[in-house]
Amino acid sequence: MFQVLKNFYHKLGSFPWFYKISGKVIPIVGFFSISLIVISSIWGLFFSPTDAVQGDVYRIIYFHVPAVSVSQVIYYSMSVAAAVFLIWRMKMAGVYIKSLAPIGAAFTFIGLLSGAIWGQPTWGTWWVWDARLTSTLVLFLFYLAIIGMQSTFTSRKSADTAVSIITLVGVVNLPIVKKSVDWWNTLHQPASISISGGSSISSEMLIPLLLSILGVYLFVFFTGLLFMRAEISSREQNKEWFKKLSSNN
Amino acid sequence: MKQHRLKRLYGVLFIVFCSALAFVLVYLAIRDNVNLFYSPSDLFENPPQGRNAIRAGGLVEIGSVRRATDSLEIEFIITDLKKSIAVNYTGILPDLFKENAGVVATGYFDKSKMSLDAYQILAKHDENYVPKEVKKALEK
Repeated sequence: MFQVLKNFYHKLGSFPWFYKISGKVIPIVGFFSISLIVISSIWGLFFSPTDAVQGDVYRIIYFHVPAVSVSQVIYYSMSVAAAVFLIWRMKMAGVYIKSLAPIGAAFTFIGLLSGAIWGQPTWGTWWVWDARLTSTLVLFLFYLAIIGMQSTFTSRKSADTAVSIITLVGVVNLPIVKKSVDWWNTLHQPASISISGGSSISSEMLIPLLLSILGVYLFVFFTGLLFMRAEISSREQNKEWFKKLSSNN
Repeated sequence: MKQHRLKRLYGVLFIVFCSALAFVLVYLAIRDNVNLFYSPSDLFENPPQGRNAIRAGGLVEIGSVRRATDSLEIEFIITDLKKSIAVNYTGILPDLFKENAGVVATGYFDKSKMSLDAYQILAKHDENYVPKEVKKALEK
């Protein structure tokens, strides 16, 4: 078992292998992610019941929750990649961080924006400096720092190293984002769904929400693979394997 | 794990540790300001000094809301089920403002009357989502 995992890990670090496999996976993942997003959006916007307290405005949950949830998961995965890059010097980990950072930033932005649009009619304000909102803004700024830092180095290797360090520094913010609503008085309410089971959302509303979360996760997988392929082609364009690949097509 | 990798692993752990330490120190420095609002019990224990605006939060006490008939003026009581303070406000309320629901009021605190002269009212909503029809059926 360990040997299989080890082999897979070594393969994952190989650009030609990744390029070949991702080309096959992308259309399938793309199809499922976009179908799920379309289905869950229509379900959430038109067919799930109206909320007793908030009325129809709560339906923005089908965009807000998937976006903020995936933005945190992307950052966790990037910090794992950062550790892998720093310890094993795996080039693929650098490609991963560079490709996923803009996606994470985009979804954090969607989360902040949809939260503001939701907050205005329900809470009575677009923005308040409470712990949840502020720590999410900090997460967004870390994403921007990671993206910005990419272009400040001429050497690819030093850029990847510096970006990995910044990523690791920011990972401490994630538990704060998650637990802020439990540790402090905030305007934002505590979590409605927890992994350890239990949800305070009625099931008719929860099913489309889970579908939209799954759809967005798959969408990130899909765009992540696309961006990584683009990054690999730009880094490896002068390598033998890549030239052979493009001359064959 | 090979020696040089182990060394780099320690480096990674060191970065995370330093960063965590920095966050903790910042938190300890601003501890009193991280909470968005004071509960009525906090205000009784430690009445705020000075003339700065503060935020008070809790539940709107059932039966305490009094609206003026000729203006947008409103009075109600915020409670945390132990202590309570009076709030007065003039203006438009958020949609989710109602009795027995969460609220955060920003304004100037009057220690002598234990009341808040609010200029902003925000509604808190809880983590529960229930369809309208189900809620109606439950209340019958």
